[in-house]
Amino acid sequence: MSIFKLSWKYLMAKPLSTGLNILLLALGLSIITVLLLIEDQFENKMSRDAAGIDLVIGAKGSPLQLVLSSVYHIDFPTGNIPLDEASAVSRNRLIKSAIPMGLGDNYEGFRIVGSNHEYLELYNVNFSSGKAWAKPFEVVLGSKVAKEKGFKVGDTFIGSHGIASASHEHDEHPYVIVGVLAPANNVIDELILTSIESIWYSHDDAYDHEKLEQEVAIKGFPKTDEPREITTVLVAYRNPIAAVQLPRMVNARSSLQAASPSFEIARLYELLGIGISLIQGLALVIIFIAGLGIFIALFNSLKERKYDLAVMRAIGAAKSQLFLMILLEGVMLTFIGAVLGLFLGHLFIYLLVVINEQGVISGLTAFAFVEKEWWIIAYSLLVGLLASIIPAWNAYRTDIAGQLTR
Amino acid sequence: MITVKGIQFSYGNQPKINIPDIELNGGDELLVLGKSGSGKTTFLNILGGLLAPHQGEILIDGVSLYKLKGHELDKFRGSHIGIIFQKPHLLGPLTVAENIALPYFFAKKPSDNKVLYYLKELGIHGKQHARIQTLSEGEAQRVSIARALVNEPKIILADEPTSSLDDENAGLVVNLLKNQARKLQAALIIVTHDQRIKNHIDRSITFNPSGL
Repeated sequence: MSIFKLSWKYLMAKPLSTGLNILLLALGLSIITVLLLIEDQFENKMSRDAAGIDLVIGAKGSPLQLVLSSVYHIDFPTGNIPLDEASAVSRNRLIKSAIPMGLGDNYEGFRIVGSNHEYLELYNVNFSSGKAWAKPFEVVLGSKVAKEKGFKVGDTFIGSHGIASASHEHDEHPYVIVGVLAPANNVIDELILTSIESIWYSHDDAYDHEKLEQEVAIKGFPKTDEPREITTVLVAYRNPIAAVQLPRMVNARSSLQAASPSFEIARLYELLGIGISLIQGLALVIIFIAGLGIFIALFNSLKERKYDLAVMRAIGAAKSQLFLMILLEGVMLTFIGAVLGLFLGHLFIYLLVVINEQGVISGLTAFAFVEKEWWIIAYSLLVGLLASIIPAWNAYRTDIAGQLTR
Repeated sequence: MITVKGIQFSYGNQPKINIPDIELNGGDELLVLGKSGSGKTTFLNILGGLLAPHQGEILIDGVSLYKLKGHELDKFRGSHIGIIFQKPHLLGPLTVAENIALPYFFAKKPSDNKVLYYLKELGIHGKQHARIQTLSEGEAQRVSIARALVNEPKIILADEPTSSLDDENAGLVVNLLKNQARKLQAALIIVTHDQRIKNHIDRSITFNPSGL
């Protein structure tokens, strides 16, 4: 026998009350866990995906939309911009590198991104098979695309216009898979990468066989005499002064817009922060109610157990042992609630990922443990201590003779 | 050796209860008789270290009971005094064996085979894993006796142990207590208003409502 076992036996003597208190606490804590996991993994994913990108240049519209569509591939592009204008801006001395991108097509929900090999270098990709594209309509698949669609090098598919999976197909231009990337744990895992020329030619009314045999641009902007368009340019600054001057300079141009991923994401967090704070507040209220429930349960159970406590004192229990016994009951309840809450939180993320196979949510994992989750356990134990301290004190002050005489 | 000397107690403004001076050796038996409200249970609580008297002293093997402080008194009570209540008052969430072993745990003594010994001795062997709720009244009473004896106390206090029993069982319980007290060389004090057991115990004192 131990105080721990004694407390446990008393908890288990009332399984319904114990179970409900644990469940209520676990629900509150699971909400906090989900928020923590999403917040932490989102921040990591957002910074991983935007690594090396200081500025995005695209068509005028919502700067947040421009960043979300160009860097994270989770929103609709703001529109296209003239190639010559984008190319002219990219030659600015404040720009270290400029990666052009053509967006707007998909294959069964996976976005097709037209760019050059610098985009692959930006994410330090490794090939699990094949090589990078060299000619129009050659594509490289992100690891997740290849896995989910069961594609391998040499396979072909037909892309669709638009970024939603129900868009209409470009049935005249099949893409040929020439490479499959190794998992990179970033946005590139979910992309189909090709040249900008592929995107252009797939939208041409009539296509030129001669062009399809020519090499595509590996670096920089594609060379063409035709009035072509691209969707965005991913820019890396040459020096810190660029952060001040370049966005202002680009935004002054009538058809172009510059948006900073770090600034826009900070703004997004600020907007989401209100909602997150509300949910956190709700979770804290639930935890408070759970704590109150534990307090009431322990307090009421003491009324029924006063004789038991008096008997324990009469057969040799010290006041401190009874105090510890009740305190342990509260702490055990909240500890189990915390563990269950963490489990439910991770389970929720797991189900969320299973349901959402594509997009930002699919990048989350239920199997990561955030350091802040230790705090959830610590806070729960504190709730348990606070909820049980008054009942424990009452147990401590048990009037043995008075109880036994009653 | 148990010595009760000059004990006085009163509840608020109620009349003082004067406890007679008593001396008991190991193996001695004492029956404390009296009607309800005569102060028998108060006497038992004082003797059991549960209720501090206003005056007087109780010595058990030379230790002055109420000079012990807090935890020392709890520990002393657990290891030197075995109390049997009017009703068994076993702890519902625990099994029979766990109930009997509880004084061991509180006294921080290492567990040994005394639990099984007393189960056998009191005729309830095989019930060690039984839930309290499944016991008959007689079995529950025996478990509470085993719980009082398991730490091999110097003094056994029984409060109305036969009040709810028929003649036959009342006699059995008293004889059981006497036998065990003799085996342990412990002083046995039975507090009761049950006149049936008067013939079983040689020495007795009677409490009156106005004090002794």
